Amino acid sequence: MTKRPVRFYQVGSFAVGNRLLTDDQRTVQSDPNRTNSIDSGHRACQGCGEALGARYALDAAMRAAAGRVVTVNATGCLEVFSTPYPETSWRVPWLHSLFGNAPAVATGVAAALRVKGREDVRVVGQAGDGGTVDIGFGTLSGMFERNDDVLFICYDNEGYMNTGVQRSAATPPAARTATTDAVGPEPGNVFGQGKDLPRIAMAHDIAYVATATVADLHDLEHKVEHAMTLRGARYIHILVPCPLGWGSASSDTIKVARLAKESGLFPVFEAENGRVTSVSPIRRRTPVEEYLRLQRRYAHLFGAHPRPDIVTRLQEIADENIARYGLVNDETEEIPVLEEAKEMVH
Amino acid sequence: MLRQIEGSRAVAETVALCRPEVVCAYPISPQTHIIEAVGVMVKSGRLSPCEYINVESEFAAMSVSIGASAAGARAYTATASQGLLFMLEAVYNASGLGLPIVMTLANRAIGAPINIWNDHGDAMAARDAGWIQLFAETNQEAADLHVQAFRLAEELSVPVMVCMDGFILTHAVEGVDLMTQEEVDSFLPPYEPRQVLDPDDPVSIGAMVGPEAFEEVRYLAHLRQLDALALIPTIAESFATLTGRDSGGLVHPYRTDDAEVIVVALGSVLGTIKDAVDARRARGERIGVLGITTFRPFPRDGVRDALAGASRVVVVEKAFSVGGEGVVLTDVAMAVGGRDVTLHSVIAGLGGRPITQRALESVLERASRGDLERLTFLDLDEAAVSRERSRIAAARRTGPSAENVLYDRATQGSRVAQEQS
Amino acid sequence: METPFGITLDVGSSRANHTGSWRVERPVYVDRLPPCNDACPAGENIQGWLYHAESGDYESAWRALVEENPLPAIMGRVCFHPCETACNRVRVDDAVGINAVERFLGDLAIERGWTLPEPGADTGKRILVVGSGPAGLSATYHLRRLGHAVHLVDSSHQLGGMMRYGIPAYRLPRDVLDAEIARILAMGVEVTLDHVVDDVEQERRDGSYDAVFLAVGAQIGHRVSIPAGDSSRVVDAVTFLHQVADDDPPLLGRRVVVYGGGDTAFDAARTARRLGATDAVIVYRRNREHMPANEEEFAQALGEGVTMRWLSTVNRFEGERLVLEKMRLNEAGFPEPTGELEELDADALVLALGQDTDLSLLERAPGVVIRDGVVEVAPTMMTGDAGVFAGGDAVPADRTATVAVGHGKHAARSIDDYVNGRVREAVARHELASFDRLNTWYYSDAPRTRRPELEKIRRQDTFDEVVQGLTEENALFEARRCLSCGNCFECDNCFGVCPDNAVIKLGGGERYEIDYDFCKGCGICVSECPCGAIEMVPEKI
Ligand SMILES: Cc1cc2nc3c(=O)[nH]c(=O)nc-3n(C[C@H](O)[C@H](O)[C@H](O)COP(=O)(O)OP(=O)(O)OC[C@H]3O[C@@H](n4cnc5c(N)ncnc54)[C@H](O)[C@@H]3O)c2cc1C
Ligand SMILES: Cc1ncc(C[n+]2csc(CCOP(=O)(O)OP(=O)(O)O)c2C)c(N)n1
Ligand code: SF4
Ligand code: SF4
Ligand SMILES: [Mg+2]
Repeated sequence: MTKRPVRFYQVGSFAVGNRLLTDDQRTVQSDPNRTNSIDSGHRACQGCGEALGARYALDAAMRAAAGRVVTVNATGCLEVFSTPYPETSWRVPWLHSLFGNAPAVATGVAAALRVKGREDVRVVGQAGDGGTVDIGFGTLSGMFERNDDVLFICYDNEGYMNTGVQRSAATPPAARTATTDAVGPEPGNVFGQGKDLPRIAMAHDIAYVATATVADLHDLEHKVEHAMTLRGARYIHILVPCPLGWGSASSDTIKVARLAKESGLFPVFEAENGRVTSVSPIRRRTPVEEYLRLQRRYAHLFGAHPRPDIVTRLQEIADENIARYGLVNDETEEIPVLEEAKEMVH
Repeated sequence: MLRQIEGSRAVAETVALCRPEVVCAYPISPQTHIIEAVGVMVKSGRLSPCEYINVESEFAAMSVSIGASAAGARAYTATASQGLLFMLEAVYNASGLGLPIVMTLANRAIGAPINIWNDHGDAMAARDAGWIQLFAETNQEAADLHVQAFRLAEELSVPVMVCMDGFILTHAVEGVDLMTQEEVDSFLPPYEPRQVLDPDDPVSIGAMVGPEAFEEVRYLAHLRQLDALALIPTIAESFATLTGRDSGGLVHPYRTDDAEVIVVALGSVLGTIKDAVDARRARGERIGVLGITTFRPFPRDGVRDALAGASRVVVVEKAFSVGGEGVVLTDVAMAVGGRDVTLHSVIAGLGGRPITQRALESVLERASRGDLERLTFLDLDEAAVSRERSRIAAARRTGPSAENVLYDRATQGSRVAQEQS
Repeated sequence: METPFGITLDVGSSRANHTGSWRVERPVYVDRLPPCNDACPAGENIQGWLYHAESGDYESAWRALVEENPLPAIMGRVCFHPCETACNRVRVDDAVGINAVERFLGDLAIERGWTLPEPGADTGKRILVVGSGPAGLSATYHLRRLGHAVHLVDSSHQLGGMMRYGIPAYRLPRDVLDAEIARILAMGVEVTLDHVVDDVEQERRDGSYDAVFLAVGAQIGHRVSIPAGDSSRVVDAVTFLHQVADDDPPLLGRRVVVYGGGDTAFDAARTARRLGATDAVIVYRRNREHMPANEEEFAQALGEGVTMRWLSTVNRFEGERLVLEKMRLNEAGFPEPTGELEELDADALVLALGQDTDLSLLERAPGVVIRDGVVEVAPTMMTGDAGVFAGGDAVPADRTATVAVGHGKHAARSIDDYVNGRVREAVARHELASFDRLNTWYYSDAPRTRRPELEKIRRQDTFDEVVQGLTEENALFEARRCLSCGNCFECDNCFGVCPDNAVIKLGGGERYEIDYDFCKGCGICVSECPCGAIEMVPEKI
């Protein structure tokens, strides 16, 4: 179940912290003693959503596992910017092997821990979208299918950013990348069938599949923490905007992620054992255009030679998501529960 | 305990005695019998504690081994041929990370054309991967090498590949003296990793290293391999003390003391070569054999010393660097560099072609007569080759040579049969 | 662990890499002026006291409030709350019910007997305050806090000015008024009642005061000449309400017509209803859009059965018949006579056409400028007569109790400067925390809590208070609707959203600090600060 937002405390549970909430209702990120799994001094670009997402997710995992976490990381920006010799930013045990094998390496780590009777130590595998939906897909599917005790997290920035912003199977239609340039009659990436890894993961009937964005920390942390309560293969797909690759302002990273969700382009939901168990409803429905306009990778849809036809097709994708997952909640807001407010005083 | 046992089985039993904690492999002939047998032992609880993981590819198998080893478990896997190539990126990675994984390579040719039979093309493809490569001559040695491999790997934090000829060894039933658990335990201490993923002592393993330190990292890996050259004989000696068997080590000279001609080879073919050499010795030829057990690191000094008295060296090898020459020859040449020795490379047994004593002897005969070329392909069907070459010269769309040669063989065969009838 | 060279690295070593050098802009924390504070005539730090109320620390909230305004229970009832009009939350759903929370705090303070801060150390200065309305009381309070002795003089029989003699009890119960006045007096104030000051300079010399604050208000009901027969009862609203307040209500009969469109007109009409009038009709020369009276009061009056005659003037009053002339509005919105007459049965006519100030006490004061019936004052609130300050209804400004309170405070601080021979430097006001600086995504959706009203029936004939206060839950809820515009309220967003962990959480009300060693200047903290309390400034390179 998606965590219900705590309301009526000014920022309720939308902001990172809230001095009005009890400690256990606050996020891990609001804790001055959080792990900072990935520490300062890393070389991610300004405003990198992936650096942020990784800290969010791993710090939550660390809290959930009482600090007993080991991580396996695929090649990609996250790996490169965090561990250029002789410096590492990681504060958690961390292993990087290759681009396409992180899920299998994680399986190996989990197997070692199991055989050594150290099942208190939990394994988190992580990769970019390339390392997850493309080159790592085979090993990931194998890990799912065997139900290995690994939480795998994909930091989806919708492209191969580390190699200079090329297309991945997670690059959305019409987006410009270095290998899907904004030229020709169908500029940007193709309108393919998409490779929707969360749904593919669900098809493995694994214990837990969830999507999240860096724009909703409470939701993200809840999902990581919930995943950590379960055993077996689990998958969380986190949307992490990349200012460099998307051509968005470094200050807009969270905003862009929020609009991805609020427009319906990136559905946020949870599934257990192959069934969707909850969705994060859209709170302020936004036309996709508002989302697209913040990113230069879609600049060719606007400007001198606008392509409203393509924008419409993208809107259709969003609408389809909204329909598929029931992202728009028609019920009116409940009347404030004042007792809930009162509780907090004493 | 001496048992008549299939080679694969002997290896599996011995590996089990080494108490691997994570075994992960992907089936490919001729390695299958090994991993099946280990699998049964894990499943039945005979090998415990051990995690046996069925993965979706060799790439995953090596990757799982990497993860397991980095997390402090003794990891074992086995593969062959295409499987080795499919995991090659991870093979390099394992050595780069200094993870003491032990892998059996049931040597098999590499396609295309696809071929399941034995040669050393696979091992040679991974020659520079940073692994220690040991070649077994017999199933006894194959079994013994695994025990030594774990100890070697773990002492140095370097992965070790034990090569045994596919089918010829893996599927051959012969007498093998299997060690006892006590013997193995006394020889092989528990795995004490040099680095481990541990929440109590977190480190980052697998950093990105730029020009400022990459060369040093590689050089350190090289030095570690040189350390292995010193350690391998020591381990072999203590193994001999324990078992009385001369298994492992760097090289195995055979009747080389006064030899003018020395035949060099790796793996099971040494048996056939020794028979041929014995026959020639009986006829008074001063001929000997040098078996190379440790191919990587290459025991340059050991080879040089063993070949010191020879004026002619014939390297019989089951792999070939297309466009170059014999792979082993290159290393042997380096070892005897500066000396006046005539070197021959005899490429034999590719894709499982039997290396007969007769064929060998005819080559050695030519060698002793002094009319053996530098590079010879044993038993080459010259007619088939020239037919295909003229076909290629004549027409553009000739189709794949492999099929053509096979077709020729078949039709040729029936024509011969018709002619005889 | 002796780790392999180049392959394995020790944790956290990247802190040696100071990525702060990448920065071209740096985030800095700012305090911006919340629009409510900006709009509050009493200069309250509304966001500041709401902050305490949000955590249920009502006493701290009240203490922060009375830093500026000693009359929260009164203000929480009678203030027209321009703060709420300015409140940024209007653009999200509905303004924060600042006024209601203020009242809640004021009432709680009375209930719990919280006392005002101790007076300041005695300065030996003596100040005369003339008039005990909100301006005078506020000045008295602030002067006492500054350690000056105050002599508070009023011509009436009781303290409070228009809060007692103008605003009806059903809007401002007298016990509330008394309680808040008593609390000020408890700071040690010399009070003289029933004393008319008729010559300021004389009084100043006689009492050797170091300075004077005039807060005499506007006591005289504005009169227009309306032809009326002998039998007709015509009174002005101020006098009428004063009499009611003195428990000596005049007999107006069953049909009362009030002439005017301001709040006083409504107070008069609603008071007439309570005194037994069956018809209480307000005659106003313009229409609803142009009526100055407060919306809430208008609605409450209609709810109580007061009726309206729009676009009408009183032509004459003959016996029991009032003759009205119909008006129409020209393009500029001004009423023009139509010549069309109407009649209305009436027993009495109450004139609520504004108040005038009696400034005869300044006749002999040198340098004083009087224009449009009020005293001109400098920005320090000082009149042309050095040492004589003035505020409230007697000076040119909006005539509200809140403005008067602000004047009193401001004058007190200026008097303090004056008696100490100081000249205060103008402090730059913080930049306004305008709506566009907020990131409202983060605020919970929470519609406003309305204050309950007495059922109409009960209210029509009693002087019981109409608008009831908030329950604690409601007050807390309402406080928490505040967006804390422009002022950090420690939501931890900046601390959480920094991809470089370059925000240090100081905790315990100490807010945050940027770690410029690592801040790359991406600006996410600025974008995601809900209340706009961080800004990017160019890095000096
Ligand atoms: C009916 C009515 C309703 C109102 N309702 C509201 C409302 O809801 N909200 C709001 O904000 N404002 C309201 N106002 C306006 C508000 O009451 C005044 O703006 C405010 O009281 C002015 O304060 P003050 O201190 O300047 O003067 P006052 O409150 O008028 O006080 C002046 C005092 O000075 C005394 N005085 C005058 N001359 C002398 C003298 N020569 N010697 C000694 N003493 C003297 C008077 O007796 C009086 O006590 C209302 C006004 C009226 C008439
Ligand atoms: C086998 C292999 N192929 C290609 C690469 C080059 N490469 C490194 S990172 C990367 C892209 C990473 O993309 P993604 O996984 O989405 O991570 P991101 O950098 O976008 O965070 C590529 C193509 C590689 N390292 N290994
Ligand atoms: S390229 Fe994108 S994902 Fe990579 S470090 Fe920069 S912002 Fe982060
Ligand atoms: S939201 Fe709060 S700080 Fe902002 S204007 Fe309204 S009351 Fe003032
Ligand atoms: Mg990516």
